[in-house]
Amino acid sequence: MTKPNKPIVYPYIPNSVPAAKEAMLKAVNAQSVEAFYADIPEAIRFKGKLNLPEPFLSEAGLVRHIEGLLSKNTSAREMLSFLGAGCYQHHVPAVCDEINSRGEFLTAYAGDPYEDHGRFQALFEYESMMGELLNMDVVNVPNYDGFQAAATALLMASRITGRGEALICGTIGADKLSKIRDYVRPHLDVVLLEYAPESGLMSLGGLKAKISEKTAAVFFENPSYLGFLETQAAEIAQIAHENGALCVVYVDPISLGVVNPPVEYGGDIACGDIQPLGMHMWYGGGHGGFMATRDDPKFVLEFPSRLFGVSSTRVEGEYGFGDVAYERTSFAVREEGKEWVGTASALWGITAGVYLALMGPQGMVEIGQGIMQRAEYALRKLKQVPGLKIRFDGIHFKEFVVDFNGTGQMVESIHKKLLEKGIFGGKDLSAEFPGLGQCALYAVTEIHSQADIDRLAATLQEVLK
Amino acid sequence: MKAVAPKPMPRRFHQASWDEPVIFELSQPGARGVLVPEVEAGIAAEVGDVAAKLPDSLRRKAAPALPELSQIHVLRHYARLSQENLGVDLNIDIGQGTCTMKYSPKVNDQLARSPKMADLHPLQDESTVQGILEVMWQLEQCLKEISGMARVSLQPGAGSAAIYANVAMVRAYHESRGEGKQRDEVITTIFSHPSNAACAKVAGYKVITIYPDADGYPDLEAFKAAVSERTAALFITNPEDTGIFNYRIQEFVNAVHAVGGLAVYDQANANGILGITRARDAGFDLCHFNLHKTFSTPHGCGGPAAGASGVSPALVPFLPKPTVEFDGTRYSLKGDLPQSVGKIRPWYGVVQNILKAYSWIMSLGADGLREVAEIAVLNNNYLLKKVLEIRGASMPYAKGKRRIEQVRYSWEQLTEETGIHSEEMEIRMVDFGMHYWTSHHPYVVPEPMTLEPTESYSQADLDEYVAALRQVANEAYTEPDTIRTAPHNSTVHQTNHEPFDNPDEWAVTWRAYKKKTA
Repeated sequence: MTKPNKPIVYPYIPNSVPAAKEAMLKAVNAQSVEAFYADIPEAIRFKGKLNLPEPFLSEAGLVRHIEGLLSKNTSAREMLSFLGAGCYQHHVPAVCDEINSRGEFLTAYAGDPYEDHGRFQALFEYESMMGELLNMDVVNVPNYDGFQAAATALLMASRITGRGEALICGTIGADKLSKIRDYVRPHLDVVLLEYAPESGLMSLGGLKAKISEKTAAVFFENPSYLGFLETQAAEIAQIAHENGALCVVYVDPISLGVVNPPVEYGGDIACGDIQPLGMHMWYGGGHGGFMATRDDPKFVLEFPSRLFGVSSTRVEGEYGFGDVAYERTSFAVREEGKEWVGTASALWGITAGVYLALMGPQGMVEIGQGIMQRAEYALRKLKQVPGLKIRFDGIHFKEFVVDFNGTGQMVESIHKKLLEKGIFGGKDLSAEFPGLGQCALYAVTEIHSQADIDRLAATLQEVLK
Repeated sequence: MKAVAPKPMPRRFHQASWDEPVIFELSQPGARGVLVPEVEAGIAAEVGDVAAKLPDSLRRKAAPALPELSQIHVLRHYARLSQENLGVDLNIDIGQGTCTMKYSPKVNDQLARSPKMADLHPLQDESTVQGILEVMWQLEQCLKEISGMARVSLQPGAGSAAIYANVAMVRAYHESRGEGKQRDEVITTIFSHPSNAACAKVAGYKVITIYPDADGYPDLEAFKAAVSERTAALFITNPEDTGIFNYRIQEFVNAVHAVGGLAVYDQANANGILGITRARDAGFDLCHFNLHKTFSTPHGCGGPAAGASGVSPALVPFLPKPTVEFDGTRYSLKGDLPQSVGKIRPWYGVVQNILKAYSWIMSLGADGLREVAEIAVLNNNYLLKKVLEIRGASMPYAKGKRRIEQVRYSWEQLTEETGIHSEEMEIRMVDFGMHYWTSHHPYVVPEPMTLEPTESYSQADLDEYVAALRQVANEAYTEPDTIRTAPHNSTVHQTNHEPFDNPDEWAVTWRAYKKKTA
């Protein structure tokens, strides 16, 4: 309990020192702080004291309290986890955490290029390295997350084509679809495209039947939410283009060392989430969104986000940075701008840049190859477990759907048993894709060893007995 | 020896200037920054080269042309770039008005770096995340108390995302009552953040913007003339960007309610009124906070941040999903909300910042939060007194009245007398290791400057900032070319801005730069 009569000096508030406060009040000729609140009518003044928990005034006490709460969590690191579905446990290189923990970056905000040159250069370099990964010349300073990137990419397509319909492959996850539907609603009708039940690939017949002069964009994910690669990507892009629509492709950036980026098969706008590139999972707080296009003003002027560009300065050999085409933003022209721009995920952009610089070309190739091999190994092992099948048996990047229907058990109860053995099974799809019955989406990354995968297979075999 | 002379005021400063190349220029073929785990022989033997099985159209032919650097060179490059950046940790960061650049306590960053926070997957079984769900639930309880609202969603990723979430809830509310089509207008004020207008437009609304009256308060008569059966909501900040508290706020709320519209309070910055006045007590139906402003989470060069949307009982069914629930023993996520606006972002929010904000509140308590507000306001009123002593500075509107937590000043007189513009002064301030921000556009206040000192700065800090400002203002009168040729002590020199608006020259990536300068 705090003693009500003894003034507390708060370490975060220099002028909470009574003498300092007194001197300040005197300097402004005020009896008390009440003088400053004179404009706030009595009727809406809050009376009394907020009903909040008693604070932990000492840092030691605070640490004890928060650590006590956190100790009730079990992290994915303490378990063997196969959860993915949009948030992934990849290795985070130490230098990524080192750079994004530096106070100069962590505590900066919206300074101009002259005092925040470092932020501008680091984010320009992020855009540039993402540009190499995507083979595109324009990439935004990150927006919130992949969901936002997907929704904004579709609205960009709508503005570019002047059309009002988006065709979206039906294998998309429910949450991403929910975000897209809500966000594009005033501007685009969302139509879901059928997919082949065996392969999960988009039904090209369905696409041809639904596409029309109203279609602004054909949208698919590669790899799909359900883990397999859309091998008809080039045909889909061609059909989109033949009908005057854009092809918008959502990709996993960590796949692009081995998988072709969308522009190579006809994608007009690539989008996705940078969480795999050096961000921890943070219980879902590690996301950042990207969009990428060709360097065509018709596209560039439709980005809502900041776009940092490079220029020269008055000094020979010196780079300067600044905002490209700022007048398109809501900062410049409020509701006349393209959607809106605001605080989003800049620090994660810097971090993803650090990640790509550490990995280099060879690292991105190796990590992509290795993940594909581990995923393939895992699905082969699980196939051998009696009662289990793999759905959508195509080419997978890091995720695949395990079909538990043959076990006669619910995914939920199987996963409870795995949990007792120290394993997080993949995402239960039974509510999200009821047509699949009892299926789950398993993710494998470079952190999984052969022994980890063998352990999963053996444990499943054991709990399914 | 003789005693070292006292320090000059403002201090002599030169920012780090490493003349760092763009990272591609540091590439050394074959160098590696980090190695990735090799696939075990057992896996390779079983599956072979899986990537080779990709069909031709999906197989990447050449490795991405990323730079190749050893680890120390990556580290050193970015460490140098970080030194060429000014955060709250380094400067007297009172110049970014409206953004509440307060101290972000290190202990909270340290706590959030725990693997029990950083390495949680959002789909983990609820039994393994009881601690973080409790933190989320507890923060919601705190923000409910601070706002007076019935529930608070922590899902939005930042302030503008929270505004958007509020727009989406307004839309869903009116649609649920069969008035979705009829109510197609949102009203805001010019001194409210531009995202209020922009988010409403994205959600399909026509935007009406109210300008200030002669005293700087939102024009009540203009507002009353604007509201109608077409009004979906009012989106308003208070105190506005001017730092002036709109004392007639209840009349605005009542006027919008009278026509069946909703009142939405942009409390991105609530720093001056914590425990003083609450959104719900003024009749608001929705509000939002920026946890990276009032609640101290670090700004991260522009995110990750966190937003919180508070709603009155009537709006609860429309909250983003899932919500965090507590039954007295267990915390859980509830996704079965049929009228919900759905997802605003993946999962549940920027959870590490939710933890930091909770920890910050728990370090202060109710008395501490009130102290935050009172000292922020005291600091602001001290600062404004000092700034107004500078030749050429003024504080438009509401003459003789105090301000809450920030002030939008004007250098109009200085500009008239010297020809120096606020944007030029802003650049010169960099030479003293300081920053200031002018204003959002349009510049309703001529030659604007918006300062917000928060509770984190001492009298000496404020005096030093003012000393730099005074020197720059004096230079405008005595040696304007020093300002016109600034910055002099920054990382870089005046940049050629012309390419940024010229499609033939702009370069958003290094590959574009190489093509356009070849």
